Amino acid sequence: MTNTDFWTEGEPVVDKAAPDGPIETRWERRKFAAKLVNPANRRKLTVIVVGTGLAGGSAAATLAEQGYHVKSYCYQDSPRRAHSIAAQGGINAAKNYRNDGDSVYRLFYDTVKGGDFRARESNVYRLAQESVNIIDQAVAQGVPFAREYGGLLDNRSFGGTQVSRTFYARGQTGQQLLLGAYQALERQIGLGNVEMNTRHEMLELIIVDGKARGIVVRDMITGEITTEFADAVVLASGGYGNVFFLSTNAKGCNVTASWRAHRKGALFANPCYTQIHPTCIPESGSHQSKLTLMSESLRNDGRVWVPKAQKDTRKAADIPEDERDYYLERIYPAFGNLVPRDIASRAAKNVCDEGRGVGPGGLGVYLDFADAIKRLGQKAVEAKYGNLFEMYQRITGDDPYETPMRIYPAVHYTMGGLWVDYDLQSTIPGLFVVGEANFSDHGANRLGASALMQGLADGYFVLPNTINNYLASGPFPKVTAASAEVVEARRQVEDQIEKFLSIDGDRTVDSFHRELGHIMWEYCGMERTEEGLTKAIGLIRALKEEFWTRVKVPGKGEELNQNLEKAGRVADFIELGELMCIDALHRRESCGGHFRAESQTPDGEALRHDDEFGYAAAWEYFGADGKPTLHKEELEFEYVHPSTRSYK
Amino acid sequence: MNIKVRVWRQSGPSDKGRMVTYDVKDISPDASFLEMIDVLNETLILGGDDPIAFDHDCREGICGACSMVINGVAHGPEKATTTCQLHMRHFKDGDVIDVEPWRAAAFPVIKDLVVDRTAFDLIIQAGGYISASTGTAPDAHAAPVPKKDADAAFEAATCIGCGACVAACPNGSSMLFTAAKITHLGLMPQGQPERDSRVIDMLQAQDDAGFGGCTNMGECTEVCPKGIPLSLIGRLNSDYRKAIAKS
Repeated sequence: MTNTDFWTEGEPVVDKAAPDGPIETRWERRKFAAKLVNPANRRKLTVIVVGTGLAGGSAAATLAEQGYHVKSYCYQDSPRRAHSIAAQGGINAAKNYRNDGDSVYRLFYDTVKGGDFRARESNVYRLAQESVNIIDQAVAQGVPFAREYGGLLDNRSFGGTQVSRTFYARGQTGQQLLLGAYQALERQIGLGNVEMNTRHEMLELIIVDGKARGIVVRDMITGEITTEFADAVVLASGGYGNVFFLSTNAKGCNVTASWRAHRKGALFANPCYTQIHPTCIPESGSHQSKLTLMSESLRNDGRVWVPKAQKDTRKAADIPEDERDYYLERIYPAFGNLVPRDIASRAAKNVCDEGRGVGPGGLGVYLDFADAIKRLGQKAVEAKYGNLFEMYQRITGDDPYETPMRIYPAVHYTMGGLWVDYDLQSTIPGLFVVGEANFSDHGANRLGASALMQGLADGYFVLPNTINNYLASGPFPKVTAASAEVVEARRQVEDQIEKFLSIDGDRTVDSFHRELGHIMWEYCGMERTEEGLTKAIGLIRALKEEFWTRVKVPGKGEELNQNLEKAGRVADFIELGELMCIDALHRRESCGGHFRAESQTPDGEALRHDDEFGYAAAWEYFGADGKPTLHKEELEFEYVHPSTRSYK
Repeated sequence: MNIKVRVWRQSGPSDKGRMVTYDVKDISPDASFLEMIDVLNETLILGGDDPIAFDHDCREGICGACSMVINGVAHGPEKATTTCQLHMRHFKDGDVIDVEPWRAAAFPVIKDLVVDRTAFDLIIQAGGYISASTGTAPDAHAAPVPKKDADAAFEAATCIGCGACVAACPNGSSMLFTAAKITHLGLMPQGQPERDSRVIDMLQAQDDAGFGGCTNMGECTEVCPKGIPLSLIGRLNSDYRKAIAKS
């Protein structure tokens, strides 16, 4: 047990829900062993679902179809706007429709390996098993996937794999899958099985007798604070990439629901595992409010390169072939432009650090479609990527059919999240966490087209088959607004709002968020060091103090007040940022999206230390100024034995 | 660039509302329209004024949240472009730009540029889905869909539900939105069993929600950021006539 300046170590945390024995039948056996709820009793049980993205929307719809009473909450004006809608490339499934040697086992293997051996085998195997059912379900809902002339579904390949298992709907797969889940949800709302609350934000978790029993929410139009009760609470509130301020997340994406649950005792696992996506549009100036992703699927046909010479300011077209460095194809001949995201991102950073980056500030590399257009014709390229090319042109003013795209890595996805067991239950009984908000399936790096798969597997198939085991012991004793725990939770929310409105300082909420983002990107981004992380923790603590004395939140609590909303989110991001740096500092190895400069091979590849760090790090909260406690979940690899990930 | 914006300010549903002029200085032509409003809001906050409330989220043209009428046109001057994807390079130094909320009977103003579009959800609730509860699906390849139909269904399904069509329509009609969903689901074999009830129920819901009738003005498709064509309304009308004849 270690006790450092920044954290202390506590007892290990164990996943007690996963069966052992052959991995192929674990999920089957878990479903059989789980207690069931009689259909007549289900309508007496209420489940709160926070978030309406792929995980939350599909979970709310499915639980309602099963007969539970569901209360759904989202901060947007409609459940259809959750940020899953922006996912572009596709969704993986082990259908083996290409007859290219794919299988559930191979998808499982690729995902465990792609996660750099930091994910839980049982969960990943189940994810691969359920992947095939997701495609069937989506097709039944009318999701218009891309098809071939024979009328059957088309596939494409994606980074980190050598089979073609990605189903897609042009560059809008997330939109189409989310609309499928949204329509299923609206159907249940229309039938009276789901009570939908849009423009409502969860600000606190209500725990009574040790169980999650409800949430405190703010009506974002009127500012009214209410307490909502249920027999179980499901968080499907997404990831925390916006801790970096600039990310590919939607502006409203936040960690508040997860973080407030963490403050109430839910362990937060692997916060330092963040995914930096290699193909995003570079920043254009200080006004930048978000970054836009260009789907990774572009790497199927686009070739990544920079000039061989440093500070080469010629136009791309003027640089002859033999003066270009197609560095991914050179360094990783087996996978070429399709190496996993973490590797592609760091390679881009390396060539830019060498002074070979292109565009303003030298922070960009080319993604070139000239060869693909020559080989396939402009029409075929347009059919595959038309909307992405348009989006690029709209934002940058450049035409990618004529001149190569300029791309640079940006924060995209967070693998860490609230710790859950095999049943997707957190360390607080009755609090379940699904989708990007949990930590379970992607280890230290997520493969492309696996986020949609995980969100929908959790929401359609996993949670609805595990939450019953918990709900079978309900309905639980009635909770009222007068219960001491409820009064206290509500008071915490009201006090915080009052505090924000009373500081009346001289800095805007956004200015703090930007500053936090700079610190995180600089010291907890693509490359991390002990020195940098230690410095970052100091900077964040100073920022926290400044935030609580100098922030200016205009307006009142009892109205639509977008800066008040942001203030609460930024306060949580600041605390999370500190924990991310502590997690990154404690993990003295490189794995997946976490690259510690001190831990690399002689040729600059990530170096894991499985003996010392082959665990998930689950952190317990000890006050805004207290030291977090580390609980380790040892990971066992019975099937996919840890090896050095090589894509060469 | 230095510009002036005249923005609709309305503190709440009961406020009458008015246009207020603001100077915005030193804006980069590479900034998006919403980033320009962000910059203005930072100035307003530090000056002790109430910042402008507006809906936005993904800022990449897909969530459908952003919704500004710019110089009288829903989503502004660029064809097939959401407000968040409109960049300042399309304006000139010294321009005076009017910014207003969607205006339609079915979309009441909540505050400033924020309107209530719940009525769209009510239309989907009434039948904009295929009833396929989780777990009931056959294998995805059980029913092939001709590529032509699948592609056309996809095109219709790209509607982002932003409501520009309603804002642009002199009648405040939601026909293009409804027609897009009718077309998407009606082109898929899975969508056939509920095809008749869907069109009848969705049209009823749009009337109930206070949307106006369609008189084929075509303003909707002009402003649609996803280019949903007017011909889909013809398809909806045809489906409706057939459904009514059968009922």
